[in-house]
Amino acid sequence: MAGVTGTTGAAGAAGAGSGFVELDGVEKVFEVRKKTGFMKRERRQVRAVDSISFRVERGEMVGYIGPNGAGKSTTIKMLTGILTPSAGRLRVAGIDPSRERTRLAHRIGVVFGQRTTLWWDLPLVDSYRLMHRMYRIPDARYRENLDRLVELLDLGDLLDVPVRQLSLGQRMRGDIVAALLHDPEVLYLDEPTIGLDVVSKSRVREFLRELNAERGTTVLLTTHDLQDIEQLCKRVMVIDHGRLMYDGALTGLHEAGDSERTLVVDLERELPPIEAPAPARVVRVDGPRQWLAFPATESAAPLVARIAAEYPLVDLSVREPDIEAVIAKMYAERATA
Amino acid sequence: MGSGRLYAAVAAGGFRRYATYRAATVAGVFTNTVFGVILVYTYLALWDEKPHLGGYDQAQAVTYVWLGQCLYATLAIQGGGAEKDLMERIRTGEIAVDLYRPADLQLWWLAGDVGRALFQMLGRGVIPFAFGALFFPMALPTSVTPWAAFVVTLLLATVVSFAIRYLAALSVFWLMDGMGVNQVLMVTGIFFSGMVLPLNAFPGIFGEVVRVLPWAAQLQMPADVLMGETDPLRAFVFQAAWAVALLAAGRLLQSAATRRVVVQGG
Amino acid sequence: MAERGVLVEGLRAYRLIAGMWVRSSMTYRTSFVVTVVGNLTVTGLDFVGILLMFSQVDSLGGWSLPEVAFLYGLSVTAFGIADLVLGSMDVLGARMRDGSFDTLLVRPVPVLAQVGADRFALRRLGRITQGAVVLGWALVSVDVDWTVPKVLLVPVMVVSGAAIFSAVFVAGAAFQIFAQDAAEVQNAFTYGGTTLLQYPPAVFGKDLVRGVTFMVPLAFVNWVPAAHVLGRPYPIGLPPWAAFASPLVAVACCVLAGAAWRVGLRSYRSTGS
Repeated sequence: MAGVTGTTGAAGAAGAGSGFVELDGVEKVFEVRKKTGFMKRERRQVRAVDSISFRVERGEMVGYIGPNGAGKSTTIKMLTGILTPSAGRLRVAGIDPSRERTRLAHRIGVVFGQRTTLWWDLPLVDSYRLMHRMYRIPDARYRENLDRLVELLDLGDLLDVPVRQLSLGQRMRGDIVAALLHDPEVLYLDEPTIGLDVVSKSRVREFLRELNAERGTTVLLTTHDLQDIEQLCKRVMVIDHGRLMYDGALTGLHEAGDSERTLVVDLERELPPIEAPAPARVVRVDGPRQWLAFPATESAAPLVARIAAEYPLVDLSVREPDIEAVIAKMYAERATA
Repeated sequence: MGSGRLYAAVAAGGFRRYATYRAATVAGVFTNTVFGVILVYTYLALWDEKPHLGGYDQAQAVTYVWLGQCLYATLAIQGGGAEKDLMERIRTGEIAVDLYRPADLQLWWLAGDVGRALFQMLGRGVIPFAFGALFFPMALPTSVTPWAAFVVTLLLATVVSFAIRYLAALSVFWLMDGMGVNQVLMVTGIFFSGMVLPLNAFPGIFGEVVRVLPWAAQLQMPADVLMGETDPLRAFVFQAAWAVALLAAGRLLQSAATRRVVVQGG
Repeated sequence: MAERGVLVEGLRAYRLIAGMWVRSSMTYRTSFVVTVVGNLTVTGLDFVGILLMFSQVDSLGGWSLPEVAFLYGLSVTAFGIADLVLGSMDVLGARMRDGSFDTLLVRPVPVLAQVGADRFALRRLGRITQGAVVLGWALVSVDVDWTVPKVLLVPVMVVSGAAIFSAVFVAGAAFQIFAQDAAEVQNAFTYGGTTLLQYPPAVFGKDLVRGVTFMVPLAFVNWVPAAHVLGRPYPIGLPPWAAFASPLVAVACCVLAGAAWRVGLRSYRSTGS
């Protein structure tokens, strides 16, 4: 399994050397002072990002995932110029973010998931007017972009509503518009669907797909929601403990993690474990309810059909593997390999 | 007994919460010390010019300054205690949750504020006071009785101070925003408590009026009790009377506010 | 000329963001009115305190009421201007703790301008107004033989004083990057400073005066030049030209504070905290 690290996926391999976003052995080391006693402090170096290399081509849409504290946001902060790398080479659109932060700002858009940059007490459109002037967006372009974005994200009726009165989903859409008014070539999204209802989630995803397809905007998103990745990204990168664990196609990730989905079956009554065709198998029984694990890469349909034919079925549901589970699995396999 | 334990726990929570702001506490100690030094020099010049102003001698004036710096955060004289959190909860509507809690709203917040005051006293008030005692001549009692009476007036002062700020916080139910009220709290707190000049030194009829307002219970009374300038019993009665009156007013306003929340549905 | 470009860009961004805050504050009109009145009163009470003192005495440290009012008016007006322009920098620590400081770093405008304009509040005009009124009264009441240099020193003091206090605010903001919860230390130098300068230098111990003249040169806001205008001796020996040195001191303070800010920002960007 160790071979996965550092390999580039199908999309990433093309046009080596001309990446739009390029990282070469990028590191970020923090010095942490920890209290160990009454007056004693211990200095310790924490490697938040440990020699990461990857490149993203113009127009790619990439998922950047990993557990909390894995180094995701540190990477994003280095890509946006907020943090200076401790070592390595980093370029976005040919610009060194830490040296030319303000020049880069014109070419990137950033949405921080739970932190709105909109003005709480003012109508939504006021925040956009500020962007218009702060980014010196030409009038015609501003108007055109605003009309298009507002229409795509269905915010037309809300432009004159104070931001504090917007729902979480509306605010997130509002933030995405604010990040795109100046036509950035690359968009960083940090947990863009966190806390949103199903309708808002699908609207945001649909919009991002269109943005990527029609405008060719490069999108890099971090998320905890595997569905975000499944529906949006051909390519996914997994980071943990500051290292790039995987870089490739999503299906590859399922294989790499050998992850499984779960079929939850409710039968009419308590029965002995269902005899399912391998590799599917019963992993848990609780009264009339049984849990079956089967590979994430396989369709659930044949399994469902077979159970429905042979057992008194009342209800069933399929649970997707979550990212943490996939990563945990990857680790387990690594340890035994 | 059970509810007594509840409020003790709330007070302990208030103490602990402020105890976590270490850097802020150190910064506060520094700032209070600097202000104390500035004020001490101006008071010394003033008392040089007019000895026995307000019935104080120079050492008493100096003591008054450092007591003011000691009680500044303890009594949240310019605001910034429990009422700050309460205003925020009212503004965001989270107050509705508090109303359904099986505890008395006013006592709940009072307990938390007492815990805060105790921490501010120990963590932030004592050091500037000790600094003052070390570098400037002060008039401190040597017997136990005035110190014991001082502790009682401090407790009463804490309650009066809370009662004033509680009333102010409840006004946010109607104003929707605490900025203006905070400003008023700050103005009245600093001036009428005698942070600028001891209320004893206020001239004429203005002085008479200022000395019977509730703010007089905050700094002037504890200072006079500590330095033996007033009969402690008289001070206790004055402070207790204001405490009862203001807490009662708080309850009235609280029930009006509660009705309002219920009507609006939170 | 890149420096100049940054300055122009910064001022433009400052104006844009300050405008947004003004409009935000207008959405709570009653509160806005109350805070304007409150601000005027709270600062005015400082002076009422001085009036109360003078209701009991004729002079303080040998200075008359109009002379103290002269110091007061200069100190409060200069501080008021700095407070209006940069007075909300104490929210920087909170912004770093909740992470919203990062959102300022991805904007194409100078961070200092964004931090400076943060929570810009017109209510702070109250302090300037009040200080200017007292200064006006002092100017007509003090017993001074006005010469051209003395008259010119008055606006020079206000402008240089505002710049010196602004430098203190910026240095305080830089300090907050290292000690986020210690924003209050700044108050000792800002609010403490303006309070100190309201009283005659002769009132204070020589060591304190020395510190405020040479270490944190707040004395050049008003003490040193005002002592010259009023013809009063300064408690510690200074060359005669020192009375006219305020603009130089102000420039030096601003340069140092700017450097401190850059060091602070660089440190934040390398440590993330």
